Amino acid sequence: MAVSTTLTVNGVTRAIQIDDPRITLLDLLRERLELTGTKKGCDRGQCGACTVIVDGRRINSCLVLAISLDGAHVQTVEDVAHGDRLHPVQEAFLAHDGLQCGFCTPGQIMSAIGLIQEGDAGDDPERIREGMSGNICRCGAYQGITEAVLEAQKALGAASRKEVA
Amino acid sequence: MKTFDYVRPATIREAIAAATEPDAMYLAAGTNLLDLMKGGVTRPNRLVDITHLPDLDRIEDLPDGGVRIGALVRNADLARDRSFARRFPAVAEALLSGASAQLRNAATVGGNILQRTRCAYFYDVASACNKRDPGSGCDARGSDNSLHAVMGWSESCIATHPSDFCVPLVALDAIVEVEGRSGAREVPLELFHRLPADAPHRETVLEPGEMIVAVRLPAEAAHFAAHARYLKVRERTSYAFAVVSAAAALRIENNAIEDARLALGGVAMKPWRARATERVLAGARADASTFRGAAEAALADAKPSGDNGFKIELARRVVVRALTLAAAGTPARLPALPASPFAASAGVAFHA
Repeated sequence: MAVSTTLTVNGVTRAIQIDDPRITLLDLLRERLELTGTKKGCDRGQCGACTVIVDGRRINSCLVLAISLDGAHVQTVEDVAHGDRLHPVQEAFLAHDGLQCGFCTPGQIMSAIGLIQEGDAGDDPERIREGMSGNICRCGAYQGITEAVLEAQKALGAASRKEVA
Repeated sequence: MKTFDYVRPATIREAIAAATEPDAMYLAAGTNLLDLMKGGVTRPNRLVDITHLPDLDRIEDLPDGGVRIGALVRNADLARDRSFARRFPAVAEALLSGASAQLRNAATVGGNILQRTRCAYFYDVASACNKRDPGSGCDARGSDNSLHAVMGWSESCIATHPSDFCVPLVALDAIVEVEGRSGAREVPLELFHRLPADAPHRETVLEPGEMIVAVRLPAEAAHFAAHARYLKVRERTSYAFAVVSAAAALRIENNAIEDARLALGGVAMKPWRARATERVLAGARADASTFRGAAEAALADAKPSGDNGFKIELARRVVVRALTLAAAGTPARLPALPASPFAASAGVAFHA
């Protein structure tokens, strides 16, 4: 029996028929909604490739049942750029070589956006590494990732100060 | 994953009725349960989703100075609650040393307490495990068991409880509030988890259908805020379970310990309160020789369950270091690497 679940995904509210309660948010995004930017790495909450933002918090989409998220707001990597204008975190990953093969990158970017929103890390590289430890990079681009998060945070800080002014 | 019925109750009463059915389980964040279900380790017929129940996600200050934490409060929200972290810094430090940011953003207080062991043989359905399949045996005995229990284990199970959060909680006399068919009751966290004995599949004192609705810390727990730390040795710097951990909380006047709380993690199938050691500490000077004596006392009954004798000396050293850090004072800001032995020196004391 399908259960109707309301989800707002990347700003669009949809009623989604969930015919199997086992469907995770990750599988819903990739297999039903054709949002394949979010990656399936380990599917067990260990690698962070599936990181998305749900109700303002970065989480592993592989470890949450879609049916349980009735009413939630989900943001995926497809929604962070404005048209051709990349998000400052995306820009910074390019500028600092925060990737090699790119498979973990959507999760890294969503996690970095979440980390910056949480606002706990400041400009301490050690706090950024600690805050990003849930995202594994098999290519080992960690140094570039840390530099990218630091720069993106600075850029976003400047942007938000401009908005306030 | 085996399929299951999904039930979303509107009230606690409905939830209890739905979860009293055989093979029903509560679903909160699911960060542990879904992992277990994907591996076929846990195979519920029904999931009772409690995440939409009202009022279980609050952190309430109690009139007597204690705090009541709803079962659905997310680990990260509790750790980031400034008032809470200021009064119970070792609890915040333990929370922030656990899992990853993504998992802490999802995982709940109740789920953390009820999380299952990470024993590899429990997770591997091809292995014999008395916890997963009562009577089948224990493949951890005689295999790679370097991370297994050194306290309170039995011939049938040598697994450990993996929670960081529970370690300072048990040290600080946390109370678990439970509701079930026969009403509400309270259980001290120290008595909430069962040691394995000959029934390792029975992990807590919860009866069928009972759910955790809140955890309380008494006002007295905040009296240790100036000298409270959590220390956790891991195989990686971050995002790893404890090999051994300790929560240490002291009240110090004129370099003498007035009162002490100590608990160990990673050593047993429950967070291990070291009450006898607390009595050794009370009244003693806060110095290295006192702490070494305390460590000896804390591990006096420890016994290897396999190739893990190193954990006993490691635990002694973790106790000494945790007490030393606690005596030095709670830092104004948690270190960049919470609870890590590799954290830089603490800096300015919080409650100086």
